[in-house]
Amino acid sequence: MPDGHPPFEASVDAGRGQLRLAGDCRALDVEALDATLREWERAGARAIDLAQAGRFDIGPAWLLKDALSRVQAQGPAPAVEGALPGHFAYLDELFARTAEDDGFEPEPARPWLVRFGHALHERFHAWYEALTYGGLLVSTAALAWRSLKRLRIPSVVRHAYETGYQAVPVVAVIAFLISVISAYIGAQQLRPYGAEIFTVDLVALGVLRELGVLLTAIMVAGRTGSAYAAEIGVMKLNDEVDALESMGVNPYEVLVLPRVLGLVIAMPLLTIVADFMGLLGGGLLARYLIDLPWPQFFQRLDEAIAPTTFWVGLIKAPVFGLLIGLTGTLRGLQVRESSRELGRLTTLAVVQSIFLVIFADALFAIFFLEIDF
Amino acid sequence: MATREPIIVVRDIVNRFGAQTVHDGVSFEVYPGEVFGIVGGSGSGKSVLLKSLLGLRMPDAGTVELEGRDITCMTDRELREVKRRYGVTFQHGALFTSLTVTENVILPVVEALDLPEETLQGLAALRLRMVGLPLAAGAKFPAQLSGGMIKRAALARALALDPVMLFLDEPTAGLDPIAAAAFDELVLYLRRTLGLTVVMVTHDLDTLARTCDRVAVLVDGKVIVDTLAGIVQNPHPWIREYFHGARGRSVGIDDEDRGGDPAGDARGA
Repeated sequence: MPDGHPPFEASVDAGRGQLRLAGDCRALDVEALDATLREWERAGARAIDLAQAGRFDIGPAWLLKDALSRVQAQGPAPAVEGALPGHFAYLDELFARTAEDDGFEPEPARPWLVRFGHALHERFHAWYEALTYGGLLVSTAALAWRSLKRLRIPSVVRHAYETGYQAVPVVAVIAFLISVISAYIGAQQLRPYGAEIFTVDLVALGVLRELGVLLTAIMVAGRTGSAYAAEIGVMKLNDEVDALESMGVNPYEVLVLPRVLGLVIAMPLLTIVADFMGLLGGGLLARYLIDLPWPQFFQRLDEAIAPTTFWVGLIKAPVFGLLIGLTGTLRGLQVRESSRELGRLTTLAVVQSIFLVIFADALFAIFFLEIDF
Repeated sequence: MATREPIIVVRDIVNRFGAQTVHDGVSFEVYPGEVFGIVGGSGSGKSVLLKSLLGLRMPDAGTVELEGRDITCMTDRELREVKRRYGVTFQHGALFTSLTVTENVILPVVEALDLPEETLQGLAALRLRMVGLPLAAGAKFPAQLSGGMIKRAALARALALDPVMLFLDEPTAGLDPIAAAAFDELVLYLRRTLGLTVVMVTHDLDTLARTCDRVAVLVDGKVIVDTLAGIVQNPHPWIREYFHGARGRSVGIDDEDRGGDPAGDARGA
């Protein structure tokens, strides 16, 4: 002990039901004290020996007092040898002063049916909020279109740059690698039939119609969806959104619209990069695995794809961008009051963006199938 | 008071940030049971000084002794033990927003000891009573509390392990006069009943007048320490402006020519 005071000792003489406390009892000694007091109560709690006891901190003093009150309520008061801790007087006064809290019982946990009902209600409310949000943004956009300044072009450009240009390396590498992998697997499967040339078809159609845009969207959902949610979430925690509103500035116009527009512009461009890198990856694999010379690769590519193949993928890009942008910003705006909320809503933004993108992709697939695009 | 050993000794500490020297040989002592105020302009290094006292930032030179032990050359484990001897409140409460008040208050105990839930709840309730918070506040989250309640909850957490010293960073900032006065009274009450030593960084002239035995003024990288009465008479231009500007007069801190015991009048009983 830094101040050289006698160490704390607590023991119970079970036969006589006697508690013996010696030395100073500091806050950190509460563990030992608590265990010993329980032992003492189990042994009948008939006497306390405090002759060798030193100073008690408030926490331990309260613990002892509480145990004494319990014992006294259930039977004869234990015989006390030595002086009770000095803080007892302070504690008496404190508890007398705060007597109105004496009967306090914390609220019991609500039954599961109630909690289930609440959860259901919350879920419906969340859907309603998302719908309202979409509508709010459409009206904000409609109004903002009237003046160039309110469109906040510099902000849109910044977001397009951050979500698009800065994502190019990672999107390019991912698209390249996934394409190489699928081409490799495809070529292996087609080889026994001597149909390796169709690897090119596989890569081209796969990348241009689906993989290019889908992988880009998933990457962007992780990268940008979380960024949007976190940026706006922290602004909410810092009251920055309230500050904007108090100035009469529409936070949707300033914060949300440029982010969504920036992403909608960036997504098709990123998709083109992904498409290119995907085709390149497939081509390189074809060159080195099945020894397909480049001229033949290009020729096969030309035969395999239709004019619509490229556009099928590209049309989906801005739609995915819209979904990711809306989800990220909405979740960010829902952040309230606590750091845990920020983490939860950022996670939700990413997971829900990816889900919506894949869901939309499925709908597109059905749609294109129906109209034979 | 002069015959007692100081509980905090700061000797010649220097704190530098790159080319900028914030503290250039700051020395002072705090005695057990004192309420010690630290005052200074914005940017004068009050928070940095507090961090040096707490062992959160090692000064570039000089020593800081808490209860006779030099914290500037301790191992991590030794420092952790020292940290259990003091309690801190931060300027904006710094309560953990994802925990209830009770969970916040009992956290230092949970981290240091292994106790049954019942005992923990009892200890938490004790601390809430000590700072004048209703027990019903325990189940609330910090976001649901008013400013005054947040400060009290922070104080309850600081008291969780029965510390010997309390370090308060702007404890009354943002409180209405009633809540601020109540906090002052709470600090004095705890000092009187528990014998706590309190080091308080504050801008609040009313709090200084009401609670502080001595005040250290941080100015020009050095510190001037005196009782409030003494500081108020100090001819240093910055001190003149701080205590004798329009706001100084409103607290009732008088100029020399008004006579009487200025700090005594302001402090009351």
